[in-house]
Amino acid sequence: MLIKQKPDIPSSQITPQDVYLNRRKFMKSSAALAIGGSLPWLSLGSKDALAMGTKFENLIESPYSTKDDELTSYEDVTTYNNFYEFGTDKRSPAKFAYMLTTRPWSLSVSGECEAPKDWDIEDILKQFPAEERIYRHRCVEAWSMVVPWVGFSLGDFLKVHKPTSKAKYIEMLTLVRPTEMVGQKPGLFGSVLNWPYREGLRIDEAMNPLAIFAVGLYGEHMPNQNGAPIRLIVPWKYGFKGVKSIVSVRFTEEQPLNTWQEQAPREYGFYANVNPNVDHPRWSQASERRVGTLFGRIPTLMFNGYEEQVASLYSDLDLTVNF
Amino acid sequence: MAAATSRQWSKWIRRAKPLVFVLCAIPACLSALLLYRFVTGSFFGDPIEDLTRNTGIWGIRLLLLTLAITPLRYITGINQLILLRRMLGVFSFFYILLHFLIWLVIDKFFNFQLIIEDIIERYYILFGFLAFVMLIPLAVTSTNRMVRWLGAKRWAKLHKLVYPISILGAVHFYLQVKADITEPVIYAAILAILLGYRYWRKKQKPSPKRA
Repeated sequence: MLIKQKPDIPSSQITPQDVYLNRRKFMKSSAALAIGGSLPWLSLGSKDALAMGTKFENLIESPYSTKDDELTSYEDVTTYNNFYEFGTDKRSPAKFAYMLTTRPWSLSVSGECEAPKDWDIEDILKQFPAEERIYRHRCVEAWSMVVPWVGFSLGDFLKVHKPTSKAKYIEMLTLVRPTEMVGQKPGLFGSVLNWPYREGLRIDEAMNPLAIFAVGLYGEHMPNQNGAPIRLIVPWKYGFKGVKSIVSVRFTEEQPLNTWQEQAPREYGFYANVNPNVDHPRWSQASERRVGTLFGRIPTLMFNGYEEQVASLYSDLDLTVNF
Repeated sequence: MAAATSRQWSKWIRRAKPLVFVLCAIPACLSALLLYRFVTGSFFGDPIEDLTRNTGIWGIRLLLLTLAITPLRYITGINQLILLRRMLGVFSFFYILLHFLIWLVIDKFFNFQLIIEDIIERYYILFGFLAFVMLIPLAVTSTNRMVRWLGAKRWAKLHKLVYPISILGAVHFYLQVKADITEPVIYAAILAILLGYRYWRKKQKPSPKRA
């Protein structure tokens, strides 16, 4: 396998950060005007993502972190994203997500619970200490990464709101703000997806200790293109379950209809567990391309390698039907 | 149109040929640059989608341009446009060959079990693969010597394969879109117009009349 070289010193370590960020923003907008984003390999968009965010202090290491895999580079993680709110191309989020303002940010928790609450993101960050969680990340499109997320247990967050016995599922929504999320503007054949982007989990899945709300990566606050300021990570499921830039969490009795299932029910289900034995109708899920390498593929693992921790959740479920 | 004009057209188009050649080669150069930047560490993420898309889309675009030559000749009366057709067609094959090689070498890395599974089980791969295989005899018979060897009639008959190839190509493109169908629909519409025009003309005038 050919592993590409990494730049020695990121320029963010040389230039003071605020200067750097402003300059990036200026370069970004002039470049966007000049070439209209039509030539991705010439634009400065990918560099924009190198503007590093503020660091978390006192990060806790987690026993749930994957130890064996080599991390995917920061540059790869922040320039190769599926985030249709900023365009369907994987290079688009790194180019256009700078337009999103993530402060102030509120997240409402509602539905079948005793203590609903409208949170301010700063209060969430204060109340839930951030851990580093290194997880494999497997996209339904059959590519994968290894990402050092920063986040906290989703279960811990949910319990604070005292879900009732009727809370069988949670439903999470992404922000809708077409003025800042350029991909949400309708195109020639209407909207690409039916906004807001919606995802859901069964309550026992949400309470599994592997499930986290991620607020950063590589020790920093979440870059916009990766779903700032707060997103879901469920490492045993395909990446599209990981709803980004969340504004609403609702406890529900009924199973939510997630966006991709609504879009193409033959191809995407509610569960979306990583499973090398159940193919996507149009491509194989038995292997994956690890981002950052050039040649070839690696085998995909059952539940993305987290079988031990999560297989019991699905013991009475036919995974070929509930894909 | 007067005979003198047609001779002039012939001269102009012959002169424009090197320029058309350079234009056709630009996307390949940009793809090579992208690969170079990936290997030297200044282009991030998985380059395969970018490379596959660039080469595939230019293969289709050039195929449509090749198919547009005949209708353009009839409509404009500039018969000499035919001088460009072979170059466009061969370039189209060149991009589709690159597209195929990226799949074979970079994605599958000669893992023939994966390759055969892909072809058997995935309609879009099967369609794309068939289109590529059918293009090979057309590329091979594109030289003057081969045309002479085959004879013009048989050559023309063989090259009618380009119609099913282009349809397979358009379907191949459409089948792999996840959400935004705009681009493949536009290409399919252009193809429908180009093929529809031929059908319509054949019904109107059984023997093509020179302008």
